[in-house]
Amino acid sequence: MSETVLRGHPGIGPSVSGIALVASDNFSARYDLDLTKGVFSRPGHVLAGQSYVDVILVLNAAKGGVATAWMLRDMKQRGLCPKALLLNAANPIMAQGAAFAGLALIDRFEVDVTQSITTGDRVDVDPVSGTVTVRSELVP
Amino acid sequence: MRLRDREKAMLDGASGGVRRQAMEHLLTVGRFFDAEDLVPVAQVHLMADTEALGLSGVAWLESIAAQPETERRVIVPTITDPRGTDLAAYRHLKQDEAFVDLERRTIEAFQALGILLTNTCINYQTIFPPVFGEHVAFGDTGSGIYANSVLGARSNYEGGPSALSSALTGLAPRYGFHLPECRRGSTLFHLTDRPSSLSDWGALGGIVGRQMRSYWDVPVIDGVHGSPTSDEMKHFGAALASFGSTVLFHMVGVTPEAPSLDTVFSGTIPAVQPIGRADIDAFYQSYRPTDDQVDVIVFAAPQLSLTELASLARLLDGKRIAEEVALIVCTSPEMKAGADRLGLTRILENAGALLLEGVCFYQMHAREIGQANQWRRLLSNSAKLVNITGGYGYEPSLATMESCVRSAIAGRIVP
Repeated sequence: MSETVLRGHPGIGPSVSGIALVASDNFSARYDLDLTKGVFSRPGHVLAGQSYVDVILVLNAAKGGVATAWMLRDMKQRGLCPKALLLNAANPIMAQGAAFAGLALIDRFEVDVTQSITTGDRVDVDPVSGTVTVRSELVP
Repeated sequence: MRLRDREKAMLDGASGGVRRQAMEHLLTVGRFFDAEDLVPVAQVHLMADTEALGLSGVAWLESIAAQPETERRVIVPTITDPRGTDLAAYRHLKQDEAFVDLERRTIEAFQALGILLTNTCINYQTIFPPVFGEHVAFGDTGSGIYANSVLGARSNYEGGPSALSSALTGLAPRYGFHLPECRRGSTLFHLTDRPSSLSDWGALGGIVGRQMRSYWDVPVIDGVHGSPTSDEMKHFGAALASFGSTVLFHMVGVTPEAPSLDTVFSGTIPAVQPIGRADIDAFYQSYRPTDDQVDVIVFAAPQLSLTELASLARLLDGKRIAEEVALIVCTSPEMKAGADRLGLTRILENAGALLLEGVCFYQMHAREIGQANQWRRLLSNSAKLVNITGGYGYEPSLATMESCVRSAIAGRIVP
């Protein structure tokens, strides 16, 4: 097991831990998700068909429209929500949605966060300090 | 963040719990983006369709509406983005009664807050266009990018909770595109062929938007000889915003903050990327249908202006849409009234089109109405709509308004 600490900008929301789901793709709740099934539904998205529920979702940038600012809270209250969002570049909509939902969000990492975490890694997210601790299985 | 005495008082609850909560939200977002203070905003455009709100969002609005009147009323002019249901037409679209109930509850809550239910995303064309340098809080991507870029107003994307917080306080966190230094160009494109239709302008927006790395990129478009029309700018901006999460562009010699190429960048002018006819054609090809089947033709996203409605009426006058397809047109209540008065509605409806007011197709629980009506193949002249609807289970294609109308009449996709 290896442990790495990634540093971003201080974020929003509570400290959480979970398993990472990672892709070098972008994110919009309205454009990319089937909110009733809890899966990525946009055909061209790298994570199409995969569940986003209860994972630490690690993606590149916030894209698309403004609906995400409302949607994250409803997703959380219905229990169909990621535990946290880690992005290279959030936009105001993601920050507003995270603030409204009480969802953990960190962005502006010193490294490309999508290249520094692997799907399946165990991740501790601390928005107050803007740090993410990544625990990876060592590959033999 | 530095707060003025009045702002500190609101944060301390002197104006009630609703405004305190709104201040806390604005400060949380402001701190995330290192805002130093808050800026007064002159008007608010609020996006809050019922799909985005969800049941919990509607209940949250109702909880605010239940507060004393002095505590719950907005304090700057606040208008709404398209709603999720046209109450005069929802049965025709087979919309679920549960969505209609949510819609009625939301409308009632907004009225209690003193919000003007304009139900439009083309407020910059039809309601209360902001002026150069004015700070506003706009909550639709298309209205935000038009206000910033074409009119020179100052706004970030203010999603529903933030726009409502701005409406209740008259304030927004001063970061991003409220600051002059964030409004400088970052990438440069040169247009070698002028787009020739609204869908071409949307395609151009999509091409540029796909190359934007983040919200903070500001594309500069050079080589546009002669000003595009308001509708052309609308389709370009809406697509750019949709594909790129972009809130500001400059068009050299056209938009107010780009009088010349050497004034729009700080420092060295970046390498130029040419965009021509072949790129626009390739964009259409990226949404090419696999055969000629079509279920629904949609003119929306953004809502149609009166001039677009007139163009569509000219194309459909005396024609009849094929029985096996639906043709849906979305506009604002103000433009619908104009269309009624000018006889355009009658022409569209005689042809078999459904003209909806106060809604936009993708904000109407698009997944569910597609399933209820067995619509899968969608044709539109809106690049923004084509971008969005794939995630809702549609197979969308992009075509000119003329081609969309020909296809609606033929009942199959024709060039």
